[in-house]
Amino acid sequence: MKNRAFVIETDQLTKRFGNFTAVDHISFRVAEGEIFGFLGANGAGKTTAMRMLCGLSIPSSGQATVAGYDIYKESEQIKRHIGYMSQKFSLYGNLKVWENIRLFGGIYGLPAKRLADKTEELLHTLGLEKERETLVDALPLGWKQKLAFSVAIIHEPKIVFLDEPTGGVDPVTRRQFWELIYEAAARQITVFVTTHYMDEAEYCDRVSIMVDGRIDALDSPAALKQNYGVTTMNEVFQALARKATREE
Amino acid sequence: MENGINIEGVSKGYGKVQALRGLSLTVRPGELFGLIGPDGAGKTTLFRILTTLLLADQGRATVCGRDVVQEMMRIRQLVGYMPGRFSLYPDLSVEENLRFFATVFQTTVEENMDLIRDIYVQIESFRKRRAGKLSGGMKQKLALCCAMIHRPEVLFLDEPTTGVDPVSRVEFWDMLDQLKTQGITILVSTPYMDEASRCDRIALMRDGQLLSVGTPSAIRSSYTHSLWAVRSAAMYPLLKDLRAFPATFSCFAFGDTHHLAFREEALKNKTEDQLKEELTAYLVEKKHTDLLLTKIEPGIEDCFMSLR
Repeated sequence: MKNRAFVIETDQLTKRFGNFTAVDHISFRVAEGEIFGFLGANGAGKTTAMRMLCGLSIPSSGQATVAGYDIYKESEQIKRHIGYMSQKFSLYGNLKVWENIRLFGGIYGLPAKRLADKTEELLHTLGLEKERETLVDALPLGWKQKLAFSVAIIHEPKIVFLDEPTGGVDPVTRRQFWELIYEAAARQITVFVTTHYMDEAEYCDRVSIMVDGRIDALDSPAALKQNYGVTTMNEVFQALARKATREE
Repeated sequence: MENGINIEGVSKGYGKVQALRGLSLTVRPGELFGLIGPDGAGKTTLFRILTTLLLADQGRATVCGRDVVQEMMRIRQLVGYMPGRFSLYPDLSVEENLRFFATVFQTTVEENMDLIRDIYVQIESFRKRRAGKLSGGMKQKLALCCAMIHRPEVLFLDEPTTGVDPVSRVEFWDMLDQLKTQGITILVSTPYMDEASRCDRIALMRDGQLLSVGTPSAIRSSYTHSLWAVRSAAMYPLLKDLRAFPATFSCFAFGDTHHLAFREEALKNKTEDQLKEELTAYLVEKKHTDLLLTKIEPGIEDCFMSLR
């Protein structure tokens, strides 16, 4: 990982809500083109940390840059240079397939001509040419998710944040989705992903595990398994997350 | 039939979408039965028909031997239902919710406390908190308590562990094990294939149909392909190379290895060892290093993906 640029750098990043410290002095770096798994139990502080990194929430203390921009002063720049997708919200179901592509491409500031070309290119690579006029709500979940991911990186961002992108998806589609992630990473798009599927943690270059607002472990899946003397990431997760003392 | 479930040829459509296609299934009294399938398989539609909240287009079903249409009101007293979406009253406190549901069923919390005590003690310290202000795990425990407060004979749990972290998921299944000892029939749905092993029997479900029904071990042993775990230093190129290998039937990423199934025809005139050697030579030629090839037993997820 030496000689690679870092797309995320945080130093003692902290967020408090009143007396409650949701994110507690986390420091880590994510390299360009890396697939970074951001794990933790419900309530460990993942969402709060992710919101700060996306420029949606101002930290209480600590420093961080995302895509080279400061999260205090340049949050608008951050929003332009990242992609975001979650299982819960990604596309507008009552807009057609092409309308969603145009809407998000427009929001991300693609020029009209480029957006028109990109729309055709996307419809072609996803095999959705026949579904151009279909309302997104009528698409099967797997297609929706592939479309949502493609739209989230339509502006070729430096980094894409994926918040539980594969929840509830069938096993084959879940794996096809990960192949899209690999392809994006091969194009040097950094992928920052949360998941509750521990087999997916194995697909990441490195994984961090949050417990009670802190990052208690951060390494490659192979190294983590070795350190904890276990054979699966599920066992690593169980060992760490069971140490949590706070009640979400 | 006592507190079992019987489903015969049930179909249900919503406009053009066919949610259930002539589905038949029997759940035995006292069984912990898992409906396993992805979003859109029809699990929730089936739950809503069995809990008398939705009418089937075709077919019939009974719960505790009672018809879900003719004896709707009786069934509602006999079953507990925990929907996938949090459905308690967010403005009522933990104990108010519990008391409300007990009252609706003309009983009291005290009368049935023995049934829910093990779960309730885990949320008791928050009994004055509004349900809407509880964490996800606490909401889930409260919802389970509310679904059981009238001592149901059959419990329907629709995706209770979706979006729940792995530690809380294990704890939830431990709670179900305890409930099972009380003789309650439990029908539970989940998209997580790894939870199958916690059930007495399971049904794999996709597109409104059942692909396979049986004990987890019976389903695993019905898998017919020769299955191998393969690893190398470059996993993504490895996946593509394995798929391009002529004897490959299917290949999918499975955590830190890829699972490769050989074509049945490929094993007609070769042994598994010969195929393994051929594959190794092929991968070495493709410049893969740190190779590992191990024959493995299939998991439920392998079975699910092989059923087309």
